[in-house]
Amino acid sequence: MPTRPEKVYFFGTCLIDLCYPQAGMAGIALLQREGIQVVYPQAQSCCGQPAYNSGFPDEARKVARQQLKAFPKDYPIIIPSGSCGGMLKHHYPHLFAGEPEAAEAQRFANRVFELTEFLVTVLGIKLEDRGQPIKVTWHSTCSALREMRVIEYSKSLLRQLKNVELIELQRERECCGFGGTFSIKQPDISAAMVADKAADVAQTGAARLLSGDCGCLMNIGGALKHRNIPIPAQHVAEFLLERTQ
Amino acid sequence: MTETVVDFPKNFAEALNNSQLRRNLRAAMDTMGHRRRTLFADLDALEQLRARGDAIRWRALRQLPDLLEQLEKKCTENGIQVHWAETPAEANQICLGIIQRHHASRVIKGKSMVSEEMHLNHFLDEQGIEALETDLGEYIIQLDHETPSHIIVPAIHKNRDQIARLFHEKIPNAPYTEVVEELNAIARKVLREKFFAGEVGVSGVNFAVAETGTLCLVENEGNGRMCTTAPPVHIAVMGLEKVVERLEDVPPLLRLLTGSATGQLITTYFNMITSPRKPGEKDGPKEVHLVLLDNGRSKIWADPELRQTLKCIRCGACMNHCPVYTRLGGHAYGYVYPGPIGSILTPQLEGLDHAGAMATASTFCGACEEVCPVKIPITTILRRLRTESYDKADSPNAVKGHGYKVNRMESLTWKGWALSNATPWLNALNAKVLGLAGPHLSKLPQVGVLKHWGQSRALPPFARKSLHVLAKEKGIADE
Amino acid sequence: MSNARANILARLRAVAPQEPAATPEPDFYPATKLGHAERIAQLKRLMEHMHAEVIVTDPQHWIATLKDVLRARQVNGLLYGPAGPLGAALEANWDSELPPLVGYTEEVEQCKERLFALDAGITSTRGAVADVGALMLWPDANEPRLLSLVPAVHIAVLEATHIHDSLADAIARERWAEGMPTNALLISGPSKTADIELVLTFGVHGPKELIVLVLDDERG
Ligand code: SF4
Repeated sequence: MPTRPEKVYFFGTCLIDLCYPQAGMAGIALLQREGIQVVYPQAQSCCGQPAYNSGFPDEARKVARQQLKAFPKDYPIIIPSGSCGGMLKHHYPHLFAGEPEAAEAQRFANRVFELTEFLVTVLGIKLEDRGQPIKVTWHSTCSALREMRVIEYSKSLLRQLKNVELIELQRERECCGFGGTFSIKQPDISAAMVADKAADVAQTGAARLLSGDCGCLMNIGGALKHRNIPIPAQHVAEFLLERTQ
Repeated sequence: MTETVVDFPKNFAEALNNSQLRRNLRAAMDTMGHRRRTLFADLDALEQLRARGDAIRWRALRQLPDLLEQLEKKCTENGIQVHWAETPAEANQICLGIIQRHHASRVIKGKSMVSEEMHLNHFLDEQGIEALETDLGEYIIQLDHETPSHIIVPAIHKNRDQIARLFHEKIPNAPYTEVVEELNAIARKVLREKFFAGEVGVSGVNFAVAETGTLCLVENEGNGRMCTTAPPVHIAVMGLEKVVERLEDVPPLLRLLTGSATGQLITTYFNMITSPRKPGEKDGPKEVHLVLLDNGRSKIWADPELRQTLKCIRCGACMNHCPVYTRLGGHAYGYVYPGPIGSILTPQLEGLDHAGAMATASTFCGACEEVCPVKIPITTILRRLRTESYDKADSPNAVKGHGYKVNRMESLTWKGWALSNATPWLNALNAKVLGLAGPHLSKLPQVGVLKHWGQSRALPPFARKSLHVLAKEKGIADE
Repeated sequence: MSNARANILARLRAVAPQEPAATPEPDFYPATKLGHAERIAQLKRLMEHMHAEVIVTDPQHWIATLKDVLRARQVNGLLYGPAGPLGAALEANWDSELPPLVGYTEEVEQCKERLFALDAGITSTRGAVADVGALMLWPDANEPRLLSLVPAVHIAVLEATHIHDSLADAIARERWAEGMPTNALLISGPSKTADIELVLTFGVHGPKELIVLVLDDERG
């Protein structure tokens, strides 16, 4: 287990910033409750992934450079998203290869932790469930699963909650069809994928859908809502905080 | 190439609306995925094997020109005649020349994706030569004048009733039956006569071993052995990337191929051909020809990142695990190679201006990379292709048809986005505006992005106060 | 067209060779070493799973076993290689009530019709590989290639001591790289296909039945 730092940076991600700030605040609160001082650089914005994945690496680099600047100190960078985490940790070195910031980007990448990964592997967090019995289901987002490889950490936190029953999806590992700009550039394919995912969520009979990426939650949650399926989609950080306070 | 223009949006929409197709595909892909997982249950061992496969293919590619010359030399010593073709048209001419020299008119074919790439059947047909597919799946789709929808199971888009009807209509005296064994028996009977009468056999190549000049073929049915043994002439066509250095490279690749493709420990037959019939031998072709096709591969090879594309051993696992392929099937992609491998290979072969849209048909979920037996970084290459779609600059390794997508509107959008996200006060302003507009989004005209998103989902819930604002209000340190 | 070779090689040669990145090449699994009995058992299990029939017998009794196999089936003749390793033993022990032995002695052009009309063929084998369950055949002038392909029933005779742990093992021990035959084959069962709805069915183009007689000296 890496040593426990005094301070950490929190990278909120643009989507949480704009649409799900309560998920970001929950992540911050969880860290603070463990006695960690959280720093939220106001100069942060987006990781740059939308442009990077759409074929605009120069624009992505411009935005990424701003993040390198906004997180200058040596603190771990905690991010409540597998997807943006993957961008910072695994794609920044590639994005800055051959650029003056190459070494800096690599050091930056080395400091990145996904939130649940950090809670488990660095803080060894112990959770006490104070909520009523509830059934939830879980969607493994692609980047958390295959890039950051943190799904086991997220799920281990849910398992710590004694009144929470996790009902697995039939296709937990299948992409929900979000894919950032994919959902806009290939709307029909994306819609077909999210329709299947929503149906899978509905058949679990769970009261809530949890996940670690707000993009996918917006996609699946939006599809559930569109179909009037009353299963709210919630970021795992928010859920963990809600259950333990 | 005489490829007609592919209308991707129309293809995609049609495929998505074909619920029968989607059910067939879903069931089939689930089965293939399950079989693969069962075979490769030991994940550590699998990782070790994939690392080996990756290394073998990369080692071969790194020495490609040397290995091709070595392969040619060895084959020639063994009596196999080697031909080189830069384009499919040249490869077709080579095949035609051989066939005509033998005054042949009946060609029997084993499964070969390269021959699909050449549109060889169509070409021979125009020359009045019958080229009959003998792999059962290929035979089925040829009867229906279709192309393969999957590189391993070409007729996977069809179910048994469709095949039953097809056989009954197209094969003289074939009774109508939906019993799979009986359908197989019908095909066996027809094709046996063809094997008997075939004058030239055409096959693909799974691996060509430079060290010994050996052509390796993997199959279950025996039709490949028939095509490469019964007729007096055998023509093997292969993409020039299929060469491997040593014989000992074959066993790990073979395991990866059969395991990844269909979850088989090994296929029924593994057929290694090193020479034509020798004096005293009683069967086997008297002439064996190997046609090495480039068709843009040497250009792909020149770029160290794109070169990874050529590691592919055509196992099809990436399509079996692709959530997009599973919903579209192979035909919607419009070209010979569908799915993730098709989406990286086809734009490079045909040009981004023709097939660049294939590179947009991915969420970057990475399921393909996770299973690829030779660890091709498929999403990295897709991203590269997307980037080149907007890049007009003529660098030596630029992909054919690059820059086809350049448009003012999109470039400006991203420039604006970058400016806003690299300028904290602009970003804050943006968040504020969106926060205020959020509750009213549904009242805006639902066009463009809003329309595409909103057709199947509720709109994004922009928050009144951004995380930046909340953090500041809560006194979270800003250093 | 004749420039294709030069053009392709010129394009490939134009690219500066990249530094030999020493990619680690882990061992190919499984490196398990099996004992004699285990090898036979594993081969039998895997090949039977692929619908082959594997009968373990011994050098004294295999012809009797073969006769039982033939009597249990209606076949119109048994194709064999008179000059092959099995030829003399078959000829010396044949009974008139059995389906006739038919020698594959002419070039295929002279006997194609007869070949395609016969129901069964018998071959020796070079050996087998236990890890995947497959026979190794190196057909030759005495036991030609179509012998194991055209007849609907293929009977293969395997000496138990020739079973290798794996293909990699066989290639290395027998130094295949020093000289490959015209045709080398692995055969793991009767011909099969799953091209219609992934339903596995046996006996498409090649043999519908594969019967393996394993000659094991140490039996019993
Ligand atoms: S890209 Fe990889 S998974 Fe796809 S066909 Fe090629 S080798 Fe198989």
